[in-house]
Amino acid sequence: MNARTDSAWLRHPIDDQHLDALEEEALFILREVAASFERPALLFSGGKDSCVVLHLAQKAFKRWGSDGWSGRLPFPLLHVDTGHNFPEVIQFRDELVARLGERLLVAHLEDSIARGTVRLSHAFESRNPHQTVTLLEAIERHGFDALIGGARRDEEKARAKERIFSHRDSFGQWQPKEQRPELWTLFNTRIRPGEHVRAFPISNWTELDVWLYIAREGIALPAMYYSHQRDVVRRNGLLVPVTALTPALDGDTVERLAVRFRTVGDMTCTCPVASQASGPDQVVTETLTATVSERGATRKDDRSSDAAMERRKKEGYF
Amino acid sequence: MVASRPAGVQPALRFLTAGSVDDGKSTLIGRLLHDSRAILSDQLESLQRRAAGEPVDLSLLTDGLEAEREQGITIDVAYRYFATPARKFIIADAPGHEQYTRNMVTAAAGSDAAVVLVDITKVGRGARYDQPLELLPQTRRHALLAQLLRVPSIVFAVNKLDAVPDPARAFHAARTALLAFAHQAGFTPAGVVPVSALRGDNIATPLDVPWYGGPSLLQLLESLPAGGSSHEAPMRMPVQFVGRPRDGQAAGDAPRVLWGRLAQGRVQVGDELEVFPNGAKARVRELLRAGRAVAQVDAGASAGVVLDRAIDVSRGDWVGAAGSLPGTAAFTANLAWLDTEPATVGRRYLVRHGHRWVAARIVAIEHRLDIHTLVPAAAPSLAVNDIGQVRVELQQALPLLPYSVDQAGGALIVVDPATHRTSGAMLVLATPSQASATGPLATLSGRSVQA
Repeated sequence: MNARTDSAWLRHPIDDQHLDALEEEALFILREVAASFERPALLFSGGKDSCVVLHLAQKAFKRWGSDGWSGRLPFPLLHVDTGHNFPEVIQFRDELVARLGERLLVAHLEDSIARGTVRLSHAFESRNPHQTVTLLEAIERHGFDALIGGARRDEEKARAKERIFSHRDSFGQWQPKEQRPELWTLFNTRIRPGEHVRAFPISNWTELDVWLYIAREGIALPAMYYSHQRDVVRRNGLLVPVTALTPALDGDTVERLAVRFRTVGDMTCTCPVASQASGPDQVVTETLTATVSERGATRKDDRSSDAAMERRKKEGYF
Repeated sequence: MVASRPAGVQPALRFLTAGSVDDGKSTLIGRLLHDSRAILSDQLESLQRRAAGEPVDLSLLTDGLEAEREQGITIDVAYRYFATPARKFIIADAPGHEQYTRNMVTAAAGSDAAVVLVDITKVGRGARYDQPLELLPQTRRHALLAQLLRVPSIVFAVNKLDAVPDPARAFHAARTALLAFAHQAGFTPAGVVPVSALRGDNIATPLDVPWYGGPSLLQLLESLPAGGSSHEAPMRMPVQFVGRPRDGQAAGDAPRVLWGRLAQGRVQVGDELEVFPNGAKARVRELLRAGRAVAQVDAGASAGVVLDRAIDVSRGDWVGAAGSLPGTAAFTANLAWLDTEPATVGRRYLVRHGHRWVAARIVAIEHRLDIHTLVPAAAPSLAVNDIGQVRVELQQALPLLPYSVDQAGGALIVVDPATHRTSGAMLVLATPSQASATGPLATLSGRSVQA
């Protein structure tokens, strides 16, 4: 048990000021991408981190008035759809993009399978790692030279060493030993044709910061981020959602529990946690008292080995 | 506008930790994360599995990459986050190997404080502390580097006091030696704090011993200043991004928004600003911050500046109070070399200052510092991990300031145009206007250069 349960943690004045500083840093990075690259795009999945980055992008480039945000982002949104996303998240994504009047490009993993560039070993294999192929194909097709992502350094230890502007070679690969030193905010944005950069405006945010910010700014998220009733089975300490893709197996006991998702990814590898949190404030409270890390509680793909994320990142994963 | 902060509330502190492999640096970081409850149970379980019944090794919390575990070393700067009820912290964890000076330079750039680990078991002759202690070369090197890179607060954490027979005398002797060394090097440490990272002594809770009445390491870190931008200096802002006119307005008559982060000073609606390099002047008609109109923006924050008339301004230019942006095309700097290809005098490099890329040449290497003592010596080139003083010429003038006066005005990165690697970090020492009147001078719009 190592949870942060002190009541002093809740709604402390350091939070607001800290969030202002994180927001300032993120807006600065977003404007730096827009100013330094010919064809950037913002990776947007409808997940909470990308919703936060999209909200920050509005603040960086648009103007708030009595009838909402005016202006347009200087880059399109890009989503890599595995075909195994939760339908409610896809619906949320499309409604939000339509409301904001932004341009969304969707790269379908199904298309990579049809082209033969993604080959699944079996029909129910998690499509999560294969997104990399579809992503790199989309980068090549659209000629993107910078992709803005919502990855955070606190998520995972390979990400703790990630740069804010992370250089990718012409194969889209991350080379941890060849990373460019990143000094002050003098980002080295120079690349060759065919190479690209991944930029991470919320690198220095923690899961708690993200939730505090969602609560403060009133950022809309897919409903599955808050407590709802869902059929799950217990497997290896995880609550595995019962879906068409992850059906209950013989011998499984299906339980209907109050749960929420801490991360939302591919249906085959994302698990909810038991929760009564009906809104962002309650999620903040639960996050403060959480005893298991975000990915530890929810991701089947990161449990396979200590270096699972590092290997996927080297191949060009988000 | 920067919100005024409640009394006693400090902005997040970004600090680097410097120490060699065996100084207990990783254990210290693991301890800070653990005691501030930033380590969650699945991460602890992973350590417990690896410990296989032995006491958990907190240092393993910080080794990130597979390649590092294979080699048993830390390759790269890692960023860690923790918080106490009083403050949030970002640790830039720099590996301490000699060959990785570049990591320490990277971690130090922009840090508010440096915690230099001192292994008490390695200083002192045996257990005798009646003679002056001799500090380890790496302790001197780490502290001197932090000072050279102008990290505002330098803290010595005297570690492993659990492992010496007489911690009171050991700490006193180490403290005396550290203060004498700092005095000689020309800086005042923000604190000398005894700790045992292994046991957690004096990390969060202050020691209850007769020989130390000072703060715990965390208490000290909670009290250190952060964010050094001066609000009082004349306003200077590098232009980062020029926003396009709003939808529905013709490009000709709609004013553009000049976005940038104020390096110094503050800007208010109605202020007259001057543009570098073309010298054009205009008044601030409107100020934006994060999508909303505001009346004032202070140093350290980004502003969207709308001027009252259309003048030629683009990314890389600066705007500032009249006379605050003298241009210089020649300067001296401390150069930390980070590339395996040595710095070559006469070769064309790219440098980035603010938001502008400019071609630059190292005209001369005035000296290279001995990395252990920082004593200068002549050198034909600078190799990876070397630090030296160089004279530089730029293809076009920049509004430089000494790094000691303003970080944004005095920091540059050097990029190799052939490989695009970030090859060096430059800290401006002086421009000709600050040094002597000799040497090449470039002036802004023909006016004389003023310091």
